[in-house]
Amino acid sequence: MTEIRIDLRPAAQSAPAAHAMEPASRGHVIEPAEPAAISIDRLSLWYGHKRALTGVSLDIPVNRVTALIGPSGCGKSTLLRSINRMNDLIPGVRIEGTVAYHGINIYGKDIDPVEVRRRIGMVFQKPNPFPKSIYDNVAFGARVNGYRGNLDDLVESSLRRAALWDEVKNDLKKSGLALSGGQQQRLCIARALANDPDVILMDEPCSALDPIATLKIEDLMREIVKDYTIIIVTHNMQQAARVSDYTAFMLTDETTTGQLIEYGRTQELFTNPGDRRTEDYISGRFG
Amino acid sequence: MTRELFHRELTRLQDEVLVMGSMVEKAILDSLQALRDGDAGSSQRIVDEDSRINAKRFEIEDQCIFVVASQQPMASDLRMLASILYIITDLERIADHAEGIARINLMMSDEPLPRRLGYIPAMADRAVAMLRDSLKAFIERDVESARQICNADVEVDRLQDAVYEESFKAMLADPSTIQRNTYLLWTAHNLERIADRCTNICERVIYQVTGRMQEINVSKY
Repeated sequence: MTEIRIDLRPAAQSAPAAHAMEPASRGHVIEPAEPAAISIDRLSLWYGHKRALTGVSLDIPVNRVTALIGPSGCGKSTLLRSINRMNDLIPGVRIEGTVAYHGINIYGKDIDPVEVRRRIGMVFQKPNPFPKSIYDNVAFGARVNGYRGNLDDLVESSLRRAALWDEVKNDLKKSGLALSGGQQQRLCIARALANDPDVILMDEPCSALDPIATLKIEDLMREIVKDYTIIIVTHNMQQAARVSDYTAFMLTDETTTGQLIEYGRTQELFTNPGDRRTEDYISGRFG
Repeated sequence: MTRELFHRELTRLQDEVLVMGSMVEKAILDSLQALRDGDAGSSQRIVDEDSRINAKRFEIEDQCIFVVASQQPMASDLRMLASILYIITDLERIADHAEGIARINLMMSDEPLPRRLGYIPAMADRAVAMLRDSLKAFIERDVESARQICNADVEVDRLQDAVYEESFKAMLADPSTIQRNTYLLWTAHNLERIADRCTNICERVIYQVTGRMQEINVSKY
């Protein structure tokens, strides 16, 4: 497992948020009895005046795959992007509550969001390799961060971890854009891994891929989860059931936007959900 | 409500289970009637027609597997399909017990009429009632009924004890009846197993509704 050195900011740990927080919308939550990599506590978020999350609290366990599911507009992508402060890039975003990474609130004072994103990497819906060579794509983050180790070794180990090395080892100078969609997505995963994160966020990573490429990414997730904590947003419930250890179901209804309805072990949630709304969603009665 | 096609398919599968259940129930009732009447022709038909019940089981199983593959059911829908797969297996085995009774009757062709069957018809009545009630509980998703039906198994066991006691007494009193009474013991055993299979169906009803597997083994056999 990757050694975790918590060094997100120069100053001492931040104080808890001073403002009053939303009451937790706990729903049917069975917290994992495992150490948490990410602890989300009463997180609410607004895009301008439009609320997107309401009092979400959950602990994401270390070295497990946690899936966020729910119908469009339920806040799952917003929640995912809150975990590495990607929402900071959107003007007018306001949050309440905390997101703790190994106990440290990433929204605390003096936290460097770039360092947060290095430790909590992200893979997006559409593969987005840089218009550079395969090698440069993987080495990009390390170069920017002034990596002092052997870059060749880093590129090889990252590509191996992303199960892409054997397919590209003789073509490292080829453009990343020349790869197939599935290969491009694994290249993006290799690029994320090269920054030595310990949490990887995946926002519908297979939605643009064919079934075989999808299964390769899923196998890869199960392979690397022993070294990383993975959080995946997916619309594909079979994918959530296949790859995740824990699943969180979110929902926006008439009264509450972006609430956590149910959270627990994937096997339990997909065979015997505790909340009627979860049951109705996963069995396709709405959504 | 979305996935109407899928839910129509589930309803159709439930109906198919009921059709199979009525085939099985008829087999039990006919086997008892044939035993009572010494009707070898009817017993032979039951033996021959068991293959229809087996075929029905495989037909429903095939449809369940296709629905799982094509519709990827979750939660209570998935539990229902899993329950159907087990219930049709139990129904098929119940039919085998009815066939077993029919075969016993074929072996009893030399035994004179009228047949004194003692507590066996009462056993059969209760076993058939358990079968009918367990399938009703399945359709109505009635956990409480499912639990209560299992308790009827105690009564079937008690009746089997009574059959054994009467048969042994008769064999001791008149050794020439040993063969006939042995056939009755075998018949009682088949009926006792039918009741046990009905408790299995009830356990699946409870699982389907609650998501929890719970063994309700009240039988002492």
